[in-house]
Amino acid sequence: MQTMFSIAVDALAYGMVLFVISIGLSVTMGLMRVVNLAHGAFAMIGGYFASYAAQHFGIGYVGAIFVAVIGTVVIAIPLERLLYRRIYGSPQLTQVLMTIGITFCVIGIANFAFGPTLKTIPLPEQLQGSVDIGFRSIGAHRIFAIVCGLAVAGALWFLIERTAFGVKLRASVDNAAMAAALGVRTEVVYAISFAVAIGLAAFGGVVGAELMPVEPYYALRYMVTFLVVVSVGGAGSIPGALAACLLLGGIDTTGRYLAPEYGEFFFYLAVIVVVTLFPRGLAGRLK
Amino acid sequence: MNETNLAGAVPRRKMEIGGLVGVAAIIVVAIIGYFLFPSNLALLTRIIGTALLVLSIDLVTGYCGVATLGHAALFGAGAYGAGIAAAHFGITEPLTMTLIGAAAGAVAGLVSGAIVLRAHGLSQLVLSIAVIHLFHEAANKASGWTGGSDGLADIMPDALLGMFEFDLWGQTAYIYGVVLLLVVFVLLRMLVRSPFGMLCRGIKEDPIRVHAMGASVNSTLLKMYVISGMVAGVGGALNAISTQVVGLDSLSFTLSAEALVMLVLGGTGSLFGALIGTVTFMWFEDLVSAANPFHWLTMVGALLIAVVLFAPRGLYGTAQHLFSRRTERSA
Repeated sequence: MQTMFSIAVDALAYGMVLFVISIGLSVTMGLMRVVNLAHGAFAMIGGYFASYAAQHFGIGYVGAIFVAVIGTVVIAIPLERLLYRRIYGSPQLTQVLMTIGITFCVIGIANFAFGPTLKTIPLPEQLQGSVDIGFRSIGAHRIFAIVCGLAVAGALWFLIERTAFGVKLRASVDNAAMAAALGVRTEVVYAISFAVAIGLAAFGGVVGAELMPVEPYYALRYMVTFLVVVSVGGAGSIPGALAACLLLGGIDTTGRYLAPEYGEFFFYLAVIVVVTLFPRGLAGRLK
Repeated sequence: MNETNLAGAVPRRKMEIGGLVGVAAIIVVAIIGYFLFPSNLALLTRIIGTALLVLSIDLVTGYCGVATLGHAALFGAGAYGAGIAAAHFGITEPLTMTLIGAAAGAVAGLVSGAIVLRAHGLSQLVLSIAVIHLFHEAANKASGWTGGSDGLADIMPDALLGMFEFDLWGQTAYIYGVVLLLVVFVLLRMLVRSPFGMLCRGIKEDPIRVHAMGASVNSTLLKMYVISGMVAGVGGALNAISTQVVGLDSLSFTLSAEALVMLVLGGTGSLFGALIGTVTFMWFEDLVSAANPFHWLTMVGALLIAVVLFAPRGLYGTAQHLFSRRTERSA
């Protein structure tokens, strides 16, 4: 029972962190049809920013999150202008190569600038201890991660379903050419969604730093995980991504607890089963 | 370049001359390599093994249009097949080991092809990634057979044909590798120009049309996957024979991704492109990592971005394109 409970909490927290990072990838993939393998690299950049800000300038946790999000978006915008814009609509192989190239560059630069060691982001005192919820106590950081995930899901749902920007975004996802013909400035929609996606990745990178430690090979290690989550959930769908994150986070965490010697065997087995059964993802809109 | 020139001049004998030039080019490059880097034959043999893997990716990606990031599964299966045969069953005859590697690669090709071909587009890519990780974890778990993360050692191949010992300098292994590459190259050149190869190209262009024509798309692709597995398996076996050890890195996602990068660097859909891409990438990697190990990943990344932006057809494809444009203009 004890183990079951801690597995459930860890799985939920891990799933939520996965969700925060990969939802941006899912939206941009549904919108721009870009297989962006460099998404994890942006989460890693966010982690580095936060760690640097906290360690060297003594900025608090919340401040560090802001620095990370803004700094990563500032880095990402010129990349979108110069590199990503050229591969919209290219064959998938081209996109995979370009984004793997970007990932390699980011890893190399991070390794050079910050060294190969793990970077920590000091947690504030409120998040360090554990919280007693009556019959059991849970690590405060786990609760924080879960709350962040739920907040992001809610905010995104509101943005996409209830605002004028969301209408334009959905129109561009369904049919970009028609949306543009009706006066939606798809370029602007693309740029804003890309910035939001990168910002969320950076946010997730900071919040999840306890579960997914920040080091130069972060971008390569989790690159596949994020892509898999998006594919299993179905690109461009928030409920699909949420379901995929909880399912895969649960399977991965359970596997690590109960059969650690198998590594990620069950995770990828589940991926094969789900993708075979639902080729368009759990809530597929991928055309 | 030379090959295109001759082919353009005598179109009817394009096939024979192109093939002969290819074989001659491989032999010349192999001899130059032998005399240029006599102390580094192990690297050259590794390049040949990887070239076989890249050729086998070219068969499914370049000729059939199946995007895969998990092709090292086939290579690793060949390497482990040959290695396990030698270490556990005492089959140390190099030719037999190579054949066992090819068979193991073919089986792995059948299994991963059956999984990967069930989906298209992004899902296909993700399935191929899942396959390579499954193979990797399975090999890691079955450490009784594969040595797990320590790697499979104790591979002691006999003398080749009973005459040529595998020496410390890797001369025998290198020459064996070159011969294997030549044989595979000639066979593949015949394969991709056969009606079967044409059918595969047709599927790449328009699977629905091929299906309507009455050909079975999936079984054709699966056949190609098995053939591709044999080629990759030979490469893996060569690697096992020459290094006498098989590590888990031969079943890794990184190797799959790197091999795909090499293919695209050289140019998909052409056997020369695969070979040129492998040699260029591995030479570049060796050069940069020797000069500055910290920066090689950055350099490789920058190279990739540059290829996508400035030479999307790959080195060989771009050279061919420029050349054919020039001959057109002069004609």
